Amino acid sequence: MITLPKDQQGIARPPTRWETGSNVAFRAMTYIVAFAVVLLVLFIIFEIGWAAGPAIKRYGFGFFTGVKWDPNTEEYGIRPHIWGTLYSSVLAVIIGTVLGLAVAIFLSERFLSSFIHAILRFFRVQHHGFWGKLPDGLEVLLKNLVQLLAAIPSVVYGLWGIFVISPLVQPMCGWLHKHLGWIPFFDTSYNPYSMLPAALVLAIMVLPTISAISRDALVSVPPKLRQAAYGLGATRWEALISVIIPTAQTGIFGSVLLAFGRAIGETMALAMLVGNANTLSWSLFSPANTLAAMMANTFPEAREPNLISALMYAALVLMAITLLVNLLGAWILQRASRGLKGAR
Amino acid sequence: MEDIVVRNRGVEAARVAGEAITLGQLERSLRRPRTLLNFVLSFTTTVLTLSALVPLFSVVYMLAAEGLKRLNLEAFTSLPPAAFEEGGGFGNAIVGTLVMVGMAALISVPLGILAAVFLAEIGPTTRLAQCVRFAAKVLSGFPSILAGVFIFSVIVLHMPTYSAYAGSLALALLMLPTVILTAEEAIRMVPAKIREAAVGMGATPAQVVWKVTLPTAMPGILTGVMLAVARAAGETAPLLFTALFSNYWVWDNGLSNKTASLAVLIYNFSGMPYENQKQLAWAAALVLVLVVLTTNLIGQSLSRRDPQE
Repeated sequence: MITLPKDQQGIARPPTRWETGSNVAFRAMTYIVAFAVVLLVLFIIFEIGWAAGPAIKRYGFGFFTGVKWDPNTEEYGIRPHIWGTLYSSVLAVIIGTVLGLAVAIFLSERFLSSFIHAILRFFRVQHHGFWGKLPDGLEVLLKNLVQLLAAIPSVVYGLWGIFVISPLVQPMCGWLHKHLGWIPFFDTSYNPYSMLPAALVLAIMVLPTISAISRDALVSVPPKLRQAAYGLGATRWEALISVIIPTAQTGIFGSVLLAFGRAIGETMALAMLVGNANTLSWSLFSPANTLAAMMANTFPEAREPNLISALMYAALVLMAITLLVNLLGAWILQRASRGLKGAR
Repeated sequence: MEDIVVRNRGVEAARVAGEAITLGQLERSLRRPRTLLNFVLSFTTTVLTLSALVPLFSVVYMLAAEGLKRLNLEAFTSLPPAAFEEGGGFGNAIVGTLVMVGMAALISVPLGILAAVFLAEIGPTTRLAQCVRFAAKVLSGFPSILAGVFIFSVIVLHMPTYSAYAGSLALALLMLPTVILTAEEAIRMVPAKIREAAVGMGATPAQVVWKVTLPTAMPGILTGVMLAVARAAGETAPLLFTALFSNYWVWDNGLSNKTASLAVLIYNFSGMPYENQKQLAWAAALVLVLVVLTTNLIGQSLSRRDPQE
């Protein structure tokens, strides 16, 4: 090591022992915390599985096929809950996809700003300082308004569902049951706490997920594909249906799967609206139950070890289903972004 | 794209036959099926988009119409009413929500930022970093009720009763992945040249992080924190069986006892048959939505300032 004479050293100096020490300590700390995060997730899965152990031993696979949930006789089965979870989520995702995809196309095709622009051109103010900014401004506002739907807490949606949606659909459902009661979807009379209002509220809650991710997928379609379609004489919708949507379909599908994962785990709105009845029915108007809603309703009073263990078993099932759906959705979205890189 | 070409066959045939293309063939008229389809689909999309906004306006309208009725000083300062009691409020629930979300932030923010520093600075390409990112994503996809189930099993069952501590731990679990993932993103946004300048001056990695990277990335990190806080404030499911609910003030009961929160109050009161409770539920919902939206907006306004500028 070369040591400079004292007068040439200036302010340069090697790090002090405190500096190297604190550096090592800080790095070690981040390592420990990062490791702890991984351990935490493993511990959550292990803990819920461990707590479910007695119930798994006792009920085994029969837990999935049993239709009774009765703490008095200690008979526990979650087939109605699994059915209700999947049924409500599928309904919600279907409605949410129709609306969310419409919003995504409306935003990515800039319908609003071209409409406003046309109006401004009619008044010949499209280049005016204030009015000229209006189309883009309103477009951003619309995008943010849709995202605002995601910020509203689910318990508020539940409240809204009880007092607005449920009474609102009642007359229509009464009519459907009276005249089309032979269709399995309508074969029970309308209960204000039932599948249809729950699924409608759930659809509103998953809509922002679908519209945001689908919009990103549609916007990231390379513009040259669109221009090529227009060049061949396609109308806007011919280009959309035969070129743009097929190119973005992986991303759209991923968004639908992620929304499905959210819908499965959604608790409060369903616990408030779905009716908490363990029925196996196709009817949209009969009360039902979901895994998460059942847990929200049963856990607060649960004290007997057997019931708690059965609830943990149900939690384990819910965790497995959401984990599967979420990982699949994330994997598809990752493939979508990778696939588009080739097209550019 | 083939069908587009096929649909243009009329024009194509006219050209091949040597006839002049009349203007009528190129006209955009709604009598032509192609243009009609285009118009109908555009119209449907517009209608569907507008109808997707109806719920938002309906929620906002109901919150304003129903919630403002009872939003007086009494609502903020008094305890929840009993079954047939008139008046009352949700002061203890506001305090409970603030206390639990505050404690949850105190736990999750330092841990989340440290994990994010590891992901972005210390070992971004290590296998551990991949595991942490995966774990954070898994955690962020967990249904919020599972956080409650986990804390119930680990803490509540081993304590005499439900507590504010258990509630805030459940909320911290939900905030953690948001903080980690957004903070990592924010730290990565710090321009490499700033960091390299610090290294060139002889700073140790820890000094680079503390004195350069974290201060530069702070607006972005705070955005993530605010988003996590907003989410936690609105969560009900993880509090239902960790903090439960209480009709008393936090300072009378202590933190290791059942604690009220706005979200659980709304849930409890919405199912009650009494008009007074329903009105309070709407007023509480208005307060909760205002808190959540304000936090969200503050968070978003912070990140709009680009750290590179």
